[in-house]
Amino acid sequence: MTAMGNQAKAVSPKPSWRSDVSKLARTYGLQIGIFCVLLVIWGLFVIGAPQTFLSPNIYAAYMSTIPFFAVIALPLTMIIIAGEMDLSFPSIMGVGMVAFTNVLTLTNSVALAFIASLAAGFLVGLLNGVIVVRLGIPSLVATLGTQFFWRGFVLVVTNAGGFSLVPIKGTVLRQALVGRVGGYVPAQMIWAVVVAILVWIFLNRHKFGAHVYLIGDNVESAKLMGVNVDRTRIINFAILGAAAAFGGVLSSLEQSYFWVSLGEGYLLKTMASTFLGGTSVFGGVGTVFGTFIGCLIIGAIEAGIVAIGKIEIFGLVVKLSGFWTQLIYGLIIVISVSLQNVLSRRLSR
Amino acid sequence: MKYILEMRNISKTFGEVQALRQVDFAVARSEVVGLLGDNGAGKSTLIKIVTGYHHPDTDGGEIYFKGQKIEGLSVSEARKLGIETVYQERALADLQTLWRNIFMGRELTTALGFMDVRGMKQETEKLMVGSMGFTSAAVASDSVVRTFSGGEKQGVAIVRALHFDAELIILDEPTMGLSLSETKKLLDFVGGIKEAGKSCIFIDHNVFHVYSVADRVVVLDRGAVAGEFMTQDITLEQLMDKMYRVAQTGHLNGNGSE
Repeated sequence: MTAMGNQAKAVSPKPSWRSDVSKLARTYGLQIGIFCVLLVIWGLFVIGAPQTFLSPNIYAAYMSTIPFFAVIALPLTMIIIAGEMDLSFPSIMGVGMVAFTNVLTLTNSVALAFIASLAAGFLVGLLNGVIVVRLGIPSLVATLGTQFFWRGFVLVVTNAGGFSLVPIKGTVLRQALVGRVGGYVPAQMIWAVVVAILVWIFLNRHKFGAHVYLIGDNVESAKLMGVNVDRTRIINFAILGAAAAFGGVLSSLEQSYFWVSLGEGYLLKTMASTFLGGTSVFGGVGTVFGTFIGCLIIGAIEAGIVAIGKIEIFGLVVKLSGFWTQLIYGLIIVISVSLQNVLSRRLSR
Repeated sequence: MKYILEMRNISKTFGEVQALRQVDFAVARSEVVGLLGDNGAGKSTLIKIVTGYHHPDTDGGEIYFKGQKIEGLSVSEARKLGIETVYQERALADLQTLWRNIFMGRELTTALGFMDVRGMKQETEKLMVGSMGFTSAAVASDSVVRTFSGGEKQGVAIVRALHFDAELIILDEPTMGLSLSETKKLLDFVGGIKEAGKSCIFIDHNVFHVYSVADRVVVLDRGAVAGEFMTQDITLEQLMDKMYRVAQTGHLNGNGSE
């Protein structure tokens, strides 16, 4: 470290702040960029609907709904960094709750029900991994299939009937998962932060994460250097499965009801958060910070659009409604993926 | 002569293609063995068996490392035994940082798999100044490998192979894409391996390079050993002549009618 520093000084007598800035931009460019996007969007919302966005209520609402998909988007980031894709997590949310409600009915224990749902999610994810790795099916296709399969499974097993969770409303576990800390902060937001920290540690401080990056970057090199590619990929899918079940539990407990359609509508916004956060669709690149900010932006958009109501562009009044959100999510995915590709080529020069 | 690596009767088939046919191959301690042969002769397959990436066919021969028989070797097991490779394609992850590339597949971790990131970065900085000869201030352990030149990338691959105290270093087409001065540095480096008492398998298309550093040359042709020579017993011209004949006839001495 010191030897290197001395050498650097010998070459250029005064330390150039320019090279420091460009190094920072190279390393953290995408993360700084995404944070600025968050600030800009927030600014627009405050200007567009000040009465809504200057009151604390909207933020309490955000903190209650964003975690449901944030806890999935974070592990999904690891999947996409590894160069894979998973479309089945919305259905796994449902599978997890099927396990939850059945074990709850059988044992009357919320804790056991919770463990069962995480285990079910983990196993379904593991199966995804096995199909992708052992049978060599591209993950996009494999999980497209399992997405429909598990959605169908949920509908068949429940006979398309929901399940009321009102009876467990007073339990400690429910309070711990989706209660209100200090009467204001939804507990699920704290869990989202915990998941973010865990995923960060996994990605940046554990061998597993190092291998995820290497596999996504150059799978052939990783194999040649002795990285256990198959095992890493399978575990990756299993972790996402457990996380999807966790998101499903949070969402259902918050609403005190398990809807069999649980998870529908999550695919688009979860993926949009991940891509918006700078995760490369080509693999090898992505950060926890980026995805987390991406989740905040995506979570803010729907309510923001509805709150603003209408905008005027060159005298043309456009009425905004909830219908606009899909269009905007889709646009965000396409733009952020394209932009990343252009930016990363620039920055690497 | 005591062999560090001994392969007997190795056969390897990919589908319909027999890549190796009963190959015998051995490397002695502090010996540099040059492996020559045309494209498709089986050089890469042979070394990928040594590194645990490929496995021989069932009943496709035996492998001994330091006298111990090895079976079902995996890449990470081979690296733990002390076999390190500099691959033709360099086996780097371009979008990752230098330190992650150096420690690829052999991260410094606790028993639970948590990484000693600071330790790996410090080690990388030391290697950069000491072995890689990077003096440019633009390069740090956090630099992304994509920005490196061909020679720098080769330097990373070689330093990585050396760092882990390998006893057998395999160089697969190491001079490909290198400038003249970089090539000279590389050949000096191979000499250094020998002086350090380590062994080396050197694969190259370029007969000049192989002849100048190898103690012994093994010529592969269409999956079989066509011949081997001590470089001290043969002139470069004779070797070239034989290589040419092998390419034409598949035999070292005959005219193809044998």
